[in-house]
Amino acid sequence: MSRNTDPDNVESTGDNTRSSKVYHHDEAENLPPSSQHDSEVLSEENLKSYWRANIKVLITLLGVWAFVSFICGILLGDWLDQFYLGGFPLGFWFTQQGAMLCFVAIIFVYHYWMQHIERAHGVDDDIDSQPAQQPEG
Amino acid sequence: MDAQTLSYIFVGLSFALYIGIAFWSRVTSTSEFYVAGGGVHPVVNGMATAADWMSAASFLSVAGLLAFAGRDASVYMIGWTGGYVLLALLLAPYLRKFGRFTVPEFIGDRYYSNVARVVAVICLIFISFTYIAGQMRGVGIVFSRFLEVEINTGVIIGMAIVFFYAVMGGMKGITYTQVAQYCVLIFAFLVPAVYLSIMWTDNPIPQLGFGDILNDGSGLTVLEKLDQVTVELGFTAYTQATRSKIDSLAIVAALMIGTAGLPHVIVRFFTVPKVSDARKSAGYALAFICVMYTTIPAVAAFSRLNLSESVNEIAYAEAPSWVANWENTGLIAWRDKNGDGIIQYRAGKALDPAKPQFTGQRGEYGERVVSNTPTSSTNEIYVDRDIMVMANPEIAQLPNWVVALIAAGAVAAALSTAAGLLLVISSSIAHDLMKRTFMPNITDKQELLSARLAAVAAILVAGWFGINPPAFVAQTVAFAFGMAAASLFPPIVMGIFSKRVNRQGAICGMLTGLVLTVGYIVYFNFLAPELNNAEHWLFGISTTGIGSVGAALNVAVTIVVSRMTSAPPQEVQDMVDDIRIPAGAGVAHHH
Repeated sequence: MSRNTDPDNVESTGDNTRSSKVYHHDEAENLPPSSQHDSEVLSEENLKSYWRANIKVLITLLGVWAFVSFICGILLGDWLDQFYLGGFPLGFWFTQQGAMLCFVAIIFVYHYWMQHIERAHGVDDDIDSQPAQQPEG
Repeated sequence: MDAQTLSYIFVGLSFALYIGIAFWSRVTSTSEFYVAGGGVHPVVNGMATAADWMSAASFLSVAGLLAFAGRDASVYMIGWTGGYVLLALLLAPYLRKFGRFTVPEFIGDRYYSNVARVVAVICLIFISFTYIAGQMRGVGIVFSRFLEVEINTGVIIGMAIVFFYAVMGGMKGITYTQVAQYCVLIFAFLVPAVYLSIMWTDNPIPQLGFGDILNDGSGLTVLEKLDQVTVELGFTAYTQATRSKIDSLAIVAALMIGTAGLPHVIVRFFTVPKVSDARKSAGYALAFICVMYTTIPAVAAFSRLNLSESVNEIAYAEAPSWVANWENTGLIAWRDKNGDGIIQYRAGKALDPAKPQFTGQRGEYGERVVSNTPTSSTNEIYVDRDIMVMANPEIAQLPNWVVALIAAGAVAAALSTAAGLLLVISSSIAHDLMKRTFMPNITDKQELLSARLAAVAAILVAGWFGINPPAFVAQTVAFAFGMAAASLFPPIVMGIFSKRVNRQGAICGMLTGLVLTVGYIVYFNFLAPELNNAEHWLFGISTTGIGSVGAALNVAVTIVVSRMTSAPPQEVQDMVDDIRIPAGAGVAHHH
């Protein structure tokens, strides 16, 4: 890939005219009736608090994710080996079984937790469950 | 019936099933071709994702990797599966809300730049082709071992089958075939694993069995016995880690970020109806994957035990029959260094070079003579790691139909991954390069035709790589994951979670990450392989782990450059606001 600035400049002017067109076009089509419901029902404040709640969920769950994999699996692995889970040294069990099982649990917890938050904020997607009526553009 | 006839029947039946599904799911629009019309049930999509992602290597080689490397190989298990958490939490729901067809499309639209789009397409094509070469080769190898046809013929048969359902059925055909392939491959993997577990511990659940007490009356657990045996033979204890912590951390991070950035996996989450389905589907995908991935360490432990117990200090003439069978296919070689006619299995390489070169003659005891120089190690036996899965049915003395099942399972694993990769290559070419960049005026029909033609071309290229495998095939995993981690994952995540990152930042970031990662891998693997050791590595990080450094650098450069340049246009910021809210995700569509 050449990193010389010339073609980049040529491209970017082309992009600018294109992108404004693209997004106008998109907005008309990409925001079906359900999104009008967004703008009417959902206040700016509500959306902000939804996003903050979402970030909090992500930080918590990614914390657990990093703990079971990086901490239990690698950094504390040797130390954990002094404990046993059945016939498994605990650190070894985390690297070959435990971390994976925790990952699956994390994703399902995330799903149900988010569903709860979204319903509370009225931004859930339950209403789009019927097949979309979108014609081909 | 003998194993070979049964293998023909099983593989043939599975092919008939795949072709049947292809006819049933023919597609007529680009939306169906790229994302199966966006109507795939989350559980179905989860199963298809699992098959998509578990490749021939997962099926055949990972158990062997673990068996020989013991705890050191655990980084692969954590890394590959942990990536799904990142995918589910940071990418899948937002990309589903974005609601288009491809990964470069998101990057191109979010960064309002065709340069960014084309850089992403190039990364995607490179990642996918390095990956696919191994799959096609895998199909050929399975054919040659189980059905005794030429490797090249096997590759061509595989190409023909994939051609059928990928070109006709697009994503829709691939999705439903992958579901069938998942069922075939998981059944094929679990049956011998359950038998092995019963054989050693009487416990029918392999995940529990390999932590259980051996049934030989010794009172030792499987892992205690393994540690004992490996230490006796001069290896590091099986449950002992030897890799440095920093390198382990870097490898796990690189594999996680890389997995989450693999385009053929991401694109599967465009196919579900709703945002919440994308999350649920990622959970199911990982659950289906873990059914296999938690079994792999058990299979690895039992196979390692088998190898040490049934081969070491046994006279060649009295060795179990599978030794001679697999020696005939070149996956086992024995060189009687001390001339006692007894097989000694010890730590260290038996031969130099490591792969056996057979002279075509038979030695004193009927073994195949190798022309390799014997090493100074007392180890006399070479064992290919793939054997750990393929020889299992024979080692556990299972009926022939299990052997046939393994053949069908391995082919299913290779074909499902190859098809998923072919699809992202063809959609990127037809959609991102043609429709979105160079030929915006083509109709949906023309675009569908070009997607099909691109798929045909991609199959031919993939087949060519399968027949003439590039010398670097062994390093392709590091390459594919490193590139995905350093180039694709960071701009997508930052594009969702920051409204401030802009075109200039993303392009500079992607190029920096890419140059560092590719440069590092190329330097240590090809330009200066003699320096490829911890002493010379950057911070002691190996080529497999460098993707994490590339990704970090990518993020840093993107943020700094974005800060120094102007914020993205208002429309783009509005788009980011929109994809953050789950409500209102229609079916992916054209504009």
